[in-house]
Amino acid sequence: MSTILSTSGPKFAQVLIAVFGFLAIMSVIFWIAGRANGRKVKPIANVVFLGPAVVLLMLGLIVPAFQTIIFSFKGEDSIKWVGLSNYDWIFTDPDMRKVLFNTFLWMLFVPIFTTLLGLTLAIFMDRMKRESVPKSLIFMPMAISFVGASIIWRFVYNYSNGFKPQVGLLSAVVKTVGGHPQNWLLEKPLNTFLLMVIFIWVQTGFAMVILSAAIKAVPADIVEASALDGASGFRLFRFITFPSVRSTFIVVLATQVVGALKIFDVVRTMTGGNFGTNVIANEMYSQIFVQFNQGKGAALAIVLFLLVVPVLIFNMRNLRLERSER
Amino acid sequence: MSKPAVHNPGRKLFSSKIAAIVVWTITILWTIPTFGLFVSSFRSKEDIYATGWWTVFLHPHFTLANYHAVIFGSSTQLSIGDGVLPYVVNSIVITIPSVIIPIIVATMAAYSLAWVKFKGSDFVFFFIFALQIIPLQMSLIPLLQLFTGGAHIGHFTLIPKLGIAGHFAGIWLPHTMFALPLAIYLLHNFIASLPRDIMEAAYVDGANHFKVFRQIVLPLSVPAIAAFAIFQFLWVWNDLLVALTFASGTEEIAPINSKLASLVGQYGSGWQLLTAGAFISIAIPLAVFFSLQRFFVRGLLSGSVK
Repeated sequence: MSTILSTSGPKFAQVLIAVFGFLAIMSVIFWIAGRANGRKVKPIANVVFLGPAVVLLMLGLIVPAFQTIIFSFKGEDSIKWVGLSNYDWIFTDPDMRKVLFNTFLWMLFVPIFTTLLGLTLAIFMDRMKRESVPKSLIFMPMAISFVGASIIWRFVYNYSNGFKPQVGLLSAVVKTVGGHPQNWLLEKPLNTFLLMVIFIWVQTGFAMVILSAAIKAVPADIVEASALDGASGFRLFRFITFPSVRSTFIVVLATQVVGALKIFDVVRTMTGGNFGTNVIANEMYSQIFVQFNQGKGAALAIVLFLLVVPVLIFNMRNLRLERSER
Repeated sequence: MSKPAVHNPGRKLFSSKIAAIVVWTITILWTIPTFGLFVSSFRSKEDIYATGWWTVFLHPHFTLANYHAVIFGSSTQLSIGDGVLPYVVNSIVITIPSVIIPIIVATMAAYSLAWVKFKGSDFVFFFIFALQIIPLQMSLIPLLQLFTGGAHIGHFTLIPKLGIAGHFAGIWLPHTMFALPLAIYLLHNFIASLPRDIMEAAYVDGANHFKVFRQIVLPLSVPAIAAFAIFQFLWVWNDLLVALTFASGTEEIAPINSKLASLVGQYGSGWQLLTAGAFISIAIPLAVFFSLQRFFVRGLLSGSVK
């Protein structure tokens, strides 16, 4: 216990220095800049207020993005030009094709499951008197990191070989219903879908909460009027409720597509990308930090970027449209 | 119209009984995995390997040994000789500046773009908004190079070697950078909608931009700042990629999340400790979740593009 105290002290001192040092520097700059008058007031204010953000964005995002594009045409040490060979490797190497295919599976199944399940829950909860407890519990995994979620689910997927009792829930259930438990995380292609379950488990609550808010925002008089006109059950959902929440539905769907494309933590923690479960973001990490091949890593980052961009632009336009409608 | 008209007939899409059954079934399914790990964290090593956690209800037998071992260390089963507390401390040390600094930088930028307009300020705002499409994976290699080697054009050193790789500053800085596009976008939306009268009254009274920023903009922006702060807190606390990239190989600054991720691979020998460790790591975000649920949802909603 004494060691933790002695090592933590200096660490927290660093926090204080960082935060208060930053505040102190900004106060001094504010004080000096505040003394300016005349025509220079506005430009000085702009530089002081906007300067830090612009510098950080240049160094952290804009310049690196261009550098990564350049690196993707270079070799493993970012010195020698190699043309398109990194991209050639991504699209022709058999292992890489598998990686692309897995990412495609994630992109296809995860968004559909989370969004449809979220929508179903949101509709059903709208019928319930006391929805707050189930809502909180289903939403709760959103607060848990993917690493924490992976540990939780690794326990569910646990498999004991030989005649030892099955202590993993999945194995025990399969055994109870008469099946044969397997070492789940090694079973291709089932293991990829078992990893997706973790992501779906985390994200469904998010889809549910957002869609639930959208459903509650449907004006009650529209719903009542169409109910008086004889619409009920599925017809009411099909012609009134769903059209009203469609834009939200699409935004949530697109958000999930981006999340699934970028999936890293779950794969890294559960299998490390082994046993046929590898995806782009994990392979990128492996290339940079295990293979020390920056060229291939950069090319993978570019591929990820190109996949994500159309969805995000589409989503941002939708978000803006939705906000302007309200 | 066979059904009798209730006060809100449209809400009766499905029978509420069936709806309740479906919802509660899914709720239970959703809660069981977490609950199972929670129960297991209070069971002894022998029990965990001998029987499923659900048998505990027939033969209750609990122990705090896992938590004791994980908190106070002295375990030889996993490579966490000193316990997990140093890593929890690292997580806190990483998170606090990574939340506060981007908020201040972003609020300043948002105020400037919304209220101190210049030619092209709308374009700058749109450009920053559009930066959200760059996945942070695009920045990892160049940033690492910058931290370890500096930036040079030929023999001319543009930025000297920062020497912050392997230090906390080397994690605070990337988190700050990656947070800015979303933070500026959200705070700009809020700050731009502050009432013009208040601002102008302050300017007329002779307050300069810096005074207005500190005494009017910052206090009035607290709701937007709180929503973003919770989003950013969760993002940093639960992050794995940035931590692995910028703290890789430096145990002294590794957060609990990346430590747990590295322990999962060797769990065969010390499962029971991992259960307790995982619960310690998720306790803090869960506490935030249950106490600030409303802000939490708002923060997540606003961050849905990230």
